[in-house]
Amino acid sequence: MSSRHLTELIVFIVLFVLVSALGFVAARWRRPDSMHTLDEWGLGGRSFGSWITWFLIGGDLYTAYTFVAVPALVFGAGAAGFYAVPYTVVVYPLVFLVLIRLWSVSHVHGFVTPADFVRARFGSPLLALLIAITGIVATMPYIALQLVGIQATLKAMGVTGHWPIVIAFAILAAYTYQSGLRAPALIAFIKDALIYIVIIVAVLYIPHKLGGWGHIFGAAQTKFDKTPAPADGTLLNANNQLNYAMLALGSALALFLYPHSVTGVLASKNRNVIKRNMAALPAYSFVLGLIALLGYMAIAGGIKPLTSGGKPDSNTVVPLLFDHMFPSWFAGVAYAAVGIGALVPAAIMSIAAANLFTRNIYREYFRRNASEAEEAKVSKLVSLVVKVGAVACILLLDPQFSIDLQLIGGVIILQTLPAVGLGLITRWFHRGGLMAGWVAGLATGLWMLYRIPNPATHKAHFGGSAYPLSDLGFDSKVTVYVGMLALLVNLVVAIVATLVLKAVKAADGVDATRADDYYADEGDPRVAAGSREIEAELA
Amino acid sequence: MAETTPRPRRGDRSPWNWLLVLPVVVPLLTFLFNKDKPRLAGFPFFYWAQFAFIILGVAATTVVYLMTRRDPGSKED
Repeated sequence: MSSRHLTELIVFIVLFVLVSALGFVAARWRRPDSMHTLDEWGLGGRSFGSWITWFLIGGDLYTAYTFVAVPALVFGAGAAGFYAVPYTVVVYPLVFLVLIRLWSVSHVHGFVTPADFVRARFGSPLLALLIAITGIVATMPYIALQLVGIQATLKAMGVTGHWPIVIAFAILAAYTYQSGLRAPALIAFIKDALIYIVIIVAVLYIPHKLGGWGHIFGAAQTKFDKTPAPADGTLLNANNQLNYAMLALGSALALFLYPHSVTGVLASKNRNVIKRNMAALPAYSFVLGLIALLGYMAIAGGIKPLTSGGKPDSNTVVPLLFDHMFPSWFAGVAYAAVGIGALVPAAIMSIAAANLFTRNIYREYFRRNASEAEEAKVSKLVSLVVKVGAVACILLLDPQFSIDLQLIGGVIILQTLPAVGLGLITRWFHRGGLMAGWVAGLATGLWMLYRIPNPATHKAHFGGSAYPLSDLGFDSKVTVYVGMLALLVNLVVAIVATLVLKAVKAADGVDATRADDYYADEGDPRVAAGSREIEAELA
Repeated sequence: MAETTPRPRRGDRSPWNWLLVLPVVVPLLTFLFNKDKPRLAGFPFFYWAQFAFIILGVAATTVVYLMTRRDPGSKED
């Protein structure tokens, strides 16, 4: 190991240890009377104000994998990879209008997961189970991919082997177990401070070193002109514009259906906190856009990705760019930012997946009368299992498998939109119709993903999410985003099935929520057995 | 559906919400901004326009928040 790599590694380890200590201390932060309920462990007492929520949700949505994969995509494909920016512009107004209702209804009824809501809204434990399983399956590979983010930085520091990842995740698992959602909430402050510093320095310093932005975009265009691939370039072309817009919209719709996003939203203390955050969170989109452009800086800087197993690993371009451009100590800070950036979302995701299991599988099907303390205990244990599973996925299987699964995850989580998203607005759908739509959407989505090859990586299936319309017999080179097409099928089936089921007067579930619940705010009376929050404190 | 309650009916409907259509729709209309020129500080239009949409999103959301706030005198945190 060179002395340069040694400096980077020391800075990385010092920051990592500091943050881990903070994770353990978090249990004492805003100390609750008891940590032994899901509301406390899994939702931080539903008490977070504007600032904490901003850091928490920001830390939750903009993950280490994003920091590594988005610029890697821009490095490889150009403009098409920039969809991350419109995607994170589109998402917040949608949350502002729709997801805020989930906060209100959950506040009244003590819901912890999106599946809890579906169960009460449509009176269907089975539909809730489908939603819960979809959420868990979509979240698992996402957690695994956070490890890919850490691995990419370790690789750039010349660290190989499995033990560093195992240690990092063991520490993460330990403090999540102890501190619950308070741990990522506290760590998110450090993570974001580091990210902001690194990115501000990067966008001021690197372009200066490379001869300015004009030159950077020029170098990128020159590279794309030379490649045989028709779809790349610093602008979109006629065939991928529709895909770009569909991917941005689909990703935005999917983002807040992910259980970990819902966890972040439910942890805030009132509606105004959420609304203020929807206005303030786009600050991260700005950073994300700049991070995406690191991909072009890597092109202009002549970065060649490291290879693994003979294939170039484009996820290493950003860490390599830092290694080439920054003094070694600052490169260490940058790596720590990415590494710590992996811990926050991984913690929240594992908490969210554990809550889904506890509330909608364990309690529903195994222990009807589980006490609150028992729920919290099960969730804590499951959060450990989830992380072990994620590490095993990365170490035992080809990481490509996790990347494929995450691609699939985005498509399948979108299929919960009619039940969760539209369910917040209307009770028109029949529970049977929603199930039929879910099955149809899932089947179509998986089939289309299976049909997409990726010639660049010599993959015959699951090569991406851009589905060529020519595969359906259209004479066109236009591609569309699989998730949105599958959602369309889902909606059509759900509507038709609902009409049929209503016509034959099939039994529908009872809606346990009232119209007024969707506007409830902090201080309103709660009706659920699960809400033993001290009313006196609020009054 | 449960019977209606005697409490005053609340809602979150407001004409101001229509303002949020802008940041949802404009960033998806790629034909508006898929151009190289005019450049700004070396950035092709495609890129700086989309950065500008972030500001559009923040502005629209902030206006709607301020105009639809239920209780303007509520405590800030």
